[in-house]
Amino acid sequence: MNFLTYLINGISLGSVYAIIALGYTMVYGIAKMLNFAHGDVIMIGCYVVFLAMSRSGLPALPSVALAVVACTLLGITVEKIAYKPLRRATPLAVLITAIGVSYFLQNMALLLFGADTKSFSPVVNVPALKLADGALTISGTTIVTVAACIVIMIGLSLFVKRTKAGQAMLAVSEDKDAAQLMGVNVNATISLTFAIGSGLAAIAGVLFCSAYPTLTPYTGSMPGIKAFTAAVFGGIGSIPGALIGGILLGVIEIFGRAYISSQLSDAIVFAVLIVVLLVKPTGLLGRQVHEKV
Amino acid sequence: MAMLEIKDIEVYYGVIQAIKGISFTVNEGEVIALIGANGAGKTTTLQTITGMIAPAAGEILFEGTDIAKIPGHKIVSMGMAHVPEGRRVFAELSVYENLKLGAYTRKDKNEVAETLERVYRSFPRLKERKNQLAGTLSGGEQQMLAMGRALMSKPKIVLMDEPSMGLSPILVEEIFNIIREISAGGTTVLLVEQNAKKALAIADRAYVLETGKIVLSGDAKEMLNNDSIKKAYLGE
Ligand SMILES: Nc1ncnc2c1ncn2[C@@H]1O[C@H](COP(=O)(O)OP(=O)(O)OP(=O)(O)O)[C@@H](O)[C@H]1O
Ligand SMILES: [Mg+2]
Repeated sequence: MNFLTYLINGISLGSVYAIIALGYTMVYGIAKMLNFAHGDVIMIGCYVVFLAMSRSGLPALPSVALAVVACTLLGITVEKIAYKPLRRATPLAVLITAIGVSYFLQNMALLLFGADTKSFSPVVNVPALKLADGALTISGTTIVTVAACIVIMIGLSLFVKRTKAGQAMLAVSEDKDAAQLMGVNVNATISLTFAIGSGLAAIAGVLFCSAYPTLTPYTGSMPGIKAFTAAVFGGIGSIPGALIGGILLGVIEIFGRAYISSQLSDAIVFAVLIVVLLVKPTGLLGRQVHEKV
Repeated sequence: MAMLEIKDIEVYYGVIQAIKGISFTVNEGEVIALIGANGAGKTTTLQTITGMIAPAAGEILFEGTDIAKIPGHKIVSMGMAHVPEGRRVFAELSVYENLKLGAYTRKDKNEVAETLERVYRSFPRLKERKNQLAGTLSGGEQQMLAMGRALMSKPKIVLMDEPSMGLSPILVEEIFNIIREISAGGTTVLLVEQNAKKALAIADRAYVLETGKIVLSGDAKEMLNNDSIKKAYLGE
């Protein structure tokens, strides 16, 4: 049963990575930039939930909703102030700015919330599931995490495929000028993408902190980097790629920790990424760029 | 009053001036050809009109409104569509999804469905392939999709940038027939073409652009017989 437990834990952690990876992948798809500050948005979301619950005594669900709103606004603001003026700048300038935003958010959290580790009280209040006469236990957090991931993936896929705003997003990610010729407001669409990615980051952060309940201003950076890896792993720009990359990464990490070495698990994760990129540079589901003349 | 009036526009790429003060008019119902050699500034002119590039000076009056001061994404809903150079279809989206994006600014679903049927009637090939990804269409089919997508906005005027580029003679013929149909249907056309002979043959009037300036303008049929035009653009 150990194997199954590890697998379930891996899928659960992977679901969190997948939700975070969506933010990276959608923003990359549309703005062609790596938003390195994405991981820190997660951390801010966790602090909002922590403060809302422990200081203001708000129940879990409204606290999470508050965090989603706060992160959505944060994402839109960061895009407007830091990235929008660089729309026509070199990718390197944008990347350096994103790293700067990441440091800014971490240090802002340090200033506002202090450097001490906060212990995050679990948000999920769902009873654990006992299977096979109690030999296999699936925690409530795991159930909620995997369910949230499935709902978000299906919801987002439907949004992109079925709604006008979703189609506009795809159009902008392929060709901004042509999208504008269709009447799509490119800036508003980019803003919307940041809003969705950041809102999802808040949910991912809460789920992550429910499973690993320590919160510091640097809490977001490791899951952020892992989720970025997951996005590249699955094929950056692809929504199903984020799901597959995230789940695989989570499973590899937990198996690596359990069967090989807990110190080496991160190294194993990145080694697998390197191998995948060597074999298939566009990631697992990455599309070949095809252009017709 | 002219439907579209371009007044002394100047356009720069960095420090290089691509358009050096050009003016011209398009009246309702006309087919206007804009011809000129590679790099003359034809594409830049069309892109400036539909707000993809901002002019440094000048006015672009569309039905009396200066659209140079309006955000680019608002221009299509005023009744102006642009079939860009190189087609620029959304390769990862299906033919149907591309066409729907053409009607992005239109609210009335029934009217959009009606226009879609009309576009499918003009381009039966698009209907056959409506679920195919646009990136997998042939060059000619992509051109038809780019034109159909522009028509989905139900424009009063269509700007077309080299719709016959890279197509076989039979397809070129087909594309020009479609342009004729679009015009016969009451839509005004501003046509940029390398194929000057064919463009002048279907146009009412024409302007000749040379390194960012209009050097000649007049009746299209007269231009077909103009000796210097024949030498420079018609290869005779
Ligand atoms: N993005 C750009 N940056 C810098 N210069 C540009 C850019 N686009 C066009 N130019 C320059 O502006 C001039 C006009 O180009 P434009 O594309 O409008 O010509 P054109 O008449 O459409 O040519 P063609 O028939 O080859 O399509 C050219 O000298 C071109 O090199
Ligand atoms: Mg051109």
